[in-house]
Amino acid sequence: MSEPGIRTVGRPTRSLHLPIPQLPAFIRPYTALIALAALIVYNIVFTTNFLSIGTFNANMTQVATIVIVAVGMTFVIATGGIDLSVGSLMAIAGVLAPLFLVDAQQFGAPVVGLALALVAPLLVTTVLGAFNGTLVTVVGLQPIIATLVLYLGGRGIAQLIVNGELRELRNLGSPMISSFEFIGLGQVFGIRFQIIIMLVVVAVAAWVLHATTFGRYVLATGGNAAAARLAGVPVNQVKMTVYCISGFLAGLAGLVVVAINRSSDPHRVGEYMELDAIAAVAVGGTPLTGGRATILGTFIGAMIIQLVRFTLIAHNVPDGITRMVIAGSIVVAVLAQRQRTS
Amino acid sequence: MSDSLVAPQPLLVMEGIEKAFPGVIALDGASLRVAPGEVHAVIGQNGAGKSTLMKILNGAYRRDAGTILLDGQPVDFHNPREAQDAGVSTIYQEINLVPYRSVAENIFMGREPRRWGMLDRERMNRDATAVLDRLGVHVDVRRPLSTLNIALQQMVAIARAISTDARIVIMDEPTSSLDEREVEVLFDVIRGLKADGISAIYISHRLDELYAVCDRVTIMRDGKTIDERAVAGASKVELVARMLGKEIGEVSRSGATGFQHRGARPAGEVLVEADDLQGARLDGASVTVRSGEIVGLAGLLGSGRTEVARAVFGADPASGGLRVRGKPVRWKSPRDAIRAGFGFSSEDRKADGIIPYMSVRENLTLAALPVLSRNGIVDRTEQQRIVDRFIDRLGIKTAGPEQKIRELSGGNQQKVLLARWLCLNPSLLLLDEPTRGIDVGAKAEIQGLIDELADNGLGVLMISSELEEITEGADRVVVLREGRTVAEFDHVEVSQDTVMHAMAHGDDESRSRGVEESSGRRLQAQEDGETVRRLVGATPASPAPLDER
Repeated sequence: MSEPGIRTVGRPTRSLHLPIPQLPAFIRPYTALIALAALIVYNIVFTTNFLSIGTFNANMTQVATIVIVAVGMTFVIATGGIDLSVGSLMAIAGVLAPLFLVDAQQFGAPVVGLALALVAPLLVTTVLGAFNGTLVTVVGLQPIIATLVLYLGGRGIAQLIVNGELRELRNLGSPMISSFEFIGLGQVFGIRFQIIIMLVVVAVAAWVLHATTFGRYVLATGGNAAAARLAGVPVNQVKMTVYCISGFLAGLAGLVVVAINRSSDPHRVGEYMELDAIAAVAVGGTPLTGGRATILGTFIGAMIIQLVRFTLIAHNVPDGITRMVIAGSIVVAVLAQRQRTS
Repeated sequence: MSDSLVAPQPLLVMEGIEKAFPGVIALDGASLRVAPGEVHAVIGQNGAGKSTLMKILNGAYRRDAGTILLDGQPVDFHNPREAQDAGVSTIYQEINLVPYRSVAENIFMGREPRRWGMLDRERMNRDATAVLDRLGVHVDVRRPLSTLNIALQQMVAIARAISTDARIVIMDEPTSSLDEREVEVLFDVIRGLKADGISAIYISHRLDELYAVCDRVTIMRDGKTIDERAVAGASKVELVARMLGKEIGEVSRSGATGFQHRGARPAGEVLVEADDLQGARLDGASVTVRSGEIVGLAGLLGSGRTEVARAVFGADPASGGLRVRGKPVRWKSPRDAIRAGFGFSSEDRKADGIIPYMSVRENLTLAALPVLSRNGIVDRTEQQRIVDRFIDRLGIKTAGPEQKIRELSGGNQQKVLLARWLCLNPSLLLLDEPTRGIDVGAKAEIQGLIDELADNGLGVLMISSELEEITEGADRVVVLREGRTVAEFDHVEVSQDTVMHAMAHGDDESRSRGVEESSGRRLQAQEDGETVRRLVGATPASPAPLDER
């Protein structure tokens, strides 16, 4: 047994602190917001047609699915975990939906098929999220390993469901195809419906994290699981729930992607999504160690990455360089927001 | 240096060692002298600085000040490897070997014999066998380490230590995972090392073991070396008193703590009865707490005090009877105990108490969230009201309820953690070292608060390493030793002496009541060396037979 008196003090962690000037503390929470504002201002000045509904929709469309997934990822990371399976879960949701849209009469009425196409995939990915949660809490695997299982296996499941074939929605039999496609392509007052979905997800998630008992439990679990448990926080239940949320939102993003593409490709839907989502969370200011999290930050983080990409493409910078600049800006963003742990 | 003419030159001299960590002074002028072929015990309470001193000796930490002489030569180890090369080897509390490699590989890891640049496996196995033979251990050195039992693994760790031509072997709690018989084998090995002229530094909180195997003992307290003496001739009570910083015969000094009302409260109904708890580090602990009384739980480090509190709170599994207001209960988690009106504050605020990045408000109301929310939504107005009330009532010094708790002083953190339970209006509080590591003023305040709470009918089980807290605060004292309840005193009977005796020996014939002891352990006078030797004769060198139930 060790001596608690010494252990609590511990050795000072020696991380290599590069001589990067620390931002003043009062600015640090707004770093991401300031960076986003700077990008927007730059584009307004230097990019032609930046202030148009078309550009807005284009950018927001590309960022919407990332944000939806990254919100779920934020909850998981807030508990000190990580979810690598989100991309594969998107693929599973993506191949399940068309199965309910095959012909008009199969489920009695076309609208029942549509409802099932929307609900069943979400149910399945939520249950798969619960599977992740079980591996983490009951089996006791590390989150990165636990979710690696479905990262690898999940896409296999998606491929098996449809024999690896791509499905074009317009070739399916249901008269409700255009209704289904509305979640990706529909417009409300000139704004893409998927953007509205994204904004609702962000708003609800921010409120849940901030104002509910569950949200507080998430942060307490990530901040100090042992202490949280002793204060009556149902730590395992909380972890289980965040993986379910992540699974649900991955499923939702999968539906949106299929609706946008008007087709479902088990190989491509959600590819690299886990990494994009983690990058958005990190750039947004949520540390991967858990205990602290900001949903709004995640949204801003995803927007920053998107706008950096857009800016470079709009100014005809080659793709290879674009990728390197994005990588560099992630490092800068995370360093700028790093808090010195005393 | 004051080397006398007659004494042999000490092998090791550590003098004036200082070491500070952020926020804590771990060592403040510690010293240690070890003669060649001597088994030297280092004892002290939690946080006395034993482990830090050893880590400075073996190069794991750098000292801030002080000198280390090995064979009269000043040395300065930058890492454990340098210390090992100079003959200082360490066997850690947790055996740090590689379970899936062979015994021989573990013994020679990092120093494998080579031939033409390749591993000379034959020679390695031969040498490993030879080293183990020297310890009287005969195993096939090609077996994976994981196939050996813990005791044999310990032997392999020792073999690894001495195969480096060690002259001093540091053993930090080497018996903590061994059973009685295995302890005996270990002691034989230590005696063998001694015969070969190898010194050992032996850290343990099992005092019996000192008498069995150690020649001299250094006593540490608060980062300082308090005393150094021969083991033969030192009574256990004396050692305990020195560890705790008390004089034998010192009676309770009233007014040293913030407690005022000991014994003046009428105890109420029985809140909780824990009966014959068994589990990790528990071996027949029993304790009862009534409403409106403070029960002090005393015992040495490792006696199972914390484990009792955690078992009563449902934090760790333990078998045995647990009754709340007469009804048997079985907790699945602390949540159940909290619903029953229990609260628990841990001895380790940082590890088990605070949520560092959350605010004072959130930390204070964490346990109360189920009460403070409707349909899962936190009632911020009510939350704020409670937080303001407790900040005011307990005098918590904070920049505001939104300040991060990690920025508060230890005493104020502790108040927030107490408020975490008090705002639930609990019936029983389990307080593990409630005043550890906080300044004198806050300490007295918290003690006064505990007193007042008990006056108002709260039941308190208070664990403390500070004898004053126990003797001045508790209406009743329960003493644990090696996971077992060995004595119980009411406030009239209790004194620092009686408690110390019970902590050291598990029995105090003249004053304890209601606890049976086997006759072999019954001790009379303890103050002279002669008795101590008899005591050692009568007492097995390890946690031993109290089992006549």
